[in-house]
Amino acid sequence: MATRDTDWDGVRLHVVTGKGGTGKTTVAGALALALAADGHNVLLMEVEGRQGIAQLFDVPPLPYAERRIAVGLGTDSRPGGDVYALVADPESALIEYLEMFYGMRHAGATLARLGIMDFATTIAPGLRDVLLTGKAAEAVRRKDSGRGRKYDAVVMDAPPTGRIGRFLNVTSELSDLARVGPIRGHADTVQKVIRSPETVVHFVTVLEEMPVQETLDGIAELRSLGGIRPGGIIVNMTRPLALSNGQLQAAAQGSLDQSLLALGLKSAGLDDSPALAAELAGELSQQARSILANDEQQERLDEAGQPCYRLPWISGGIDLAGLYRLAAGLRAQRAA
Amino acid sequence: MTARPPALDVDALIADRRTRIIVCCGSGGVGKTTTAAAIGLRAAQSGRHVVVLTVDPARRLAQSMGLTSLDNTPRLVQGLSGAASDPQDGNDSASGGSLHAMMLDMKRTFDEIVEAHADPDRAAQILANPFYQSLSSSFAGTQEYMAMEKLGQLRRAEEWDLIVVDTPPSRSALDFLDAPQRLARFLDGRLLRLLTAPAKVGGRAYLRVLNAGLGMVTGVLTKVLGTSMLRDVQTFVSALDTMFGGFRERADYTYRLLRAPGTAFLVVAAPEPDALREASYFVERLDTEGMPLAGLILNRVTQVPARHLSAARSLAAAEMLEAPAGTDGRDTPSGFEALAAREMSDSSVRTDEPDQPEEAARLLAVSALRLHAAHMEQAAAERRARGQFTAAHPLVPVAEIPAQAEDVHDLDGLRRIGDAFATGGRQDASTGAA
Repeated sequence: MATRDTDWDGVRLHVVTGKGGTGKTTVAGALALALAADGHNVLLMEVEGRQGIAQLFDVPPLPYAERRIAVGLGTDSRPGGDVYALVADPESALIEYLEMFYGMRHAGATLARLGIMDFATTIAPGLRDVLLTGKAAEAVRRKDSGRGRKYDAVVMDAPPTGRIGRFLNVTSELSDLARVGPIRGHADTVQKVIRSPETVVHFVTVLEEMPVQETLDGIAELRSLGGIRPGGIIVNMTRPLALSNGQLQAAAQGSLDQSLLALGLKSAGLDDSPALAAELAGELSQQARSILANDEQQERLDEAGQPCYRLPWISGGIDLAGLYRLAAGLRAQRAA
Repeated sequence: MTARPPALDVDALIADRRTRIIVCCGSGGVGKTTTAAAIGLRAAQSGRHVVVLTVDPARRLAQSMGLTSLDNTPRLVQGLSGAASDPQDGNDSASGGSLHAMMLDMKRTFDEIVEAHADPDRAAQILANPFYQSLSSSFAGTQEYMAMEKLGQLRRAEEWDLIVVDTPPSRSALDFLDAPQRLARFLDGRLLRLLTAPAKVGGRAYLRVLNAGLGMVTGVLTKVLGTSMLRDVQTFVSALDTMFGGFRERADYTYRLLRAPGTAFLVVAAPEPDALREASYFVERLDTEGMPLAGLILNRVTQVPARHLSAARSLAAAEMLEAPAGTDGRDTPSGFEALAAREMSDSSVRTDEPDQPEEAARLLAVSALRLHAAHMEQAAAERRARGQFTAAHPLVPVAEIPAQAEDVHDLDGLRRIGDAFATGGRQDASTGAA
């Protein structure tokens, strides 16, 4: 097996959450590719039924079935393992659950026709969540005839940060509704997986006030629930700037030494360097201000005391090549 | 490149007294709330009496508008016209306009509907029911439904001549149109009726078939949920049912409101493929529904002053200056990715200044040129994404808001965004360096 240490050795269920617009699905996909290095098999799971994984990997819409969609990140020594994807929806999970535990083979179709699925999974949000997390827990524990576990890791593209605590804390959400009964027993089993050291919750954010606040709130919420482990903070879409501290401050205040910049531009053979220097100084100034604002947010994140990883902005939308580069970035930072 | 679409004139839209409702919609994380607030502020400054209904504002932005808690009540925003305004009230003395803002509390809005329509005993019974509690706080769609409900209430109040609505941060822009109907359909659903009153419908032939299945249905529900839960559901539903004449009716009312003349939809998007794809769906959907689209607001558009220096030339110049110890030959990424790689590999970044001025000049120029190249690439990618949208929807007017260096968290920031509407955000106006 791998001899390489990562920050999350021993973790098998990676739950990925984040505020809308921060690139949660992209990061979940990149993490799955990175975890599938060294020949590992990884399941990437989507629970909100919007076919984000299919779009990300540029494959046709995915059914409620595990499909191989990509090869993991290759390294110098070994090719990548397989990445499978699954789009889990509560209705299918409920049908599967009924079949598995009650042998109600054809019940599903009848129930769907009556709108009962919609009913059962809507009226009791706790039920919906326990079915989805239950599917992830089942995949984590699933045995393979030959080599032990079927999947070395499961990555879940989970609901956004604002709902993650409620989503994972299924037992107590459900306990108000179902105090006894089989679904309650099922929920307890799921909780054992969610609250084990094999499960962590990663937060995807960008360095803006609201996503950072939601990340901090989310981490605090998980801690207050007891036993659910916050994982890494993945700062996505960074737009760095290579400047010394002094120049960064000067640029932010608009007092950058333009003659110095013009001198440098001139030695690069660019004509009209003073005018160009003024324009580029404007760009530097705008960017420096944004970086200082980002630094403030980064400091707030640092206080959470969780490992932080940075992924760069990729222009023009994420394609497969970009996704693999992000995966390599996660691996280089030991996030996987 | 592609032909320019018509410019969206936001100022004309808010100046038109017939405009009574502006709905800002779009996928999550594109700056809907900020855009809605900026439009509200600008409209108030032009003399209109405005209320902005926000759903989930950033803390500091909310505070700057005087919203310190989620209290479901419109609050007068102070300091409307900047430093010179009268701090005593939010009336803009110059223009005669005013601005109110409120944050939606969805549970409270739901509670208020219940309290308004049921006698106190029954209301208390409903509010205490565990199903009501989970439905009112976490059903996907409740937030959208309550936002629409609140919009209807504000409209009926007739206290404002313009309502600007920020839609909930749903994963997809379309949720906002579909969720209220879904919740209404659910509460009004056939199945709920079957469960609560099987005797009533037993007489009809086609329902008898359903009734035969009902035993199995309740059997399954009992298996999965337990009997006590089923009983809770039944009491909850029958309590709701007797209370008011159908959720669907209320949803239909707001739906009609959205199609009425005087309503204008603004689709907000960031200039990147996903958000614009979502915007595209939404534009098509509004068309199908006969809802009036005013235009697209492209938020956070990268501004590059030195457009005459191409990304390629800029990079080449940077590489020339960097000749020693380059990462030549490798398939290196470009743009911000390249900057990120440098940040990680180069320990001299963000430390101290080199002593020699030549060295300092060289490093500074490299940074500036690399940043410029990244900006040019970024701007090109944004133009491509925008081009895809305008090719499919050439007649949809577009306005651009330039990217801001910092989060917007005060009225001045909102005013700056509002100023972009004066020029339609076109870079070729006078938006130079920051």
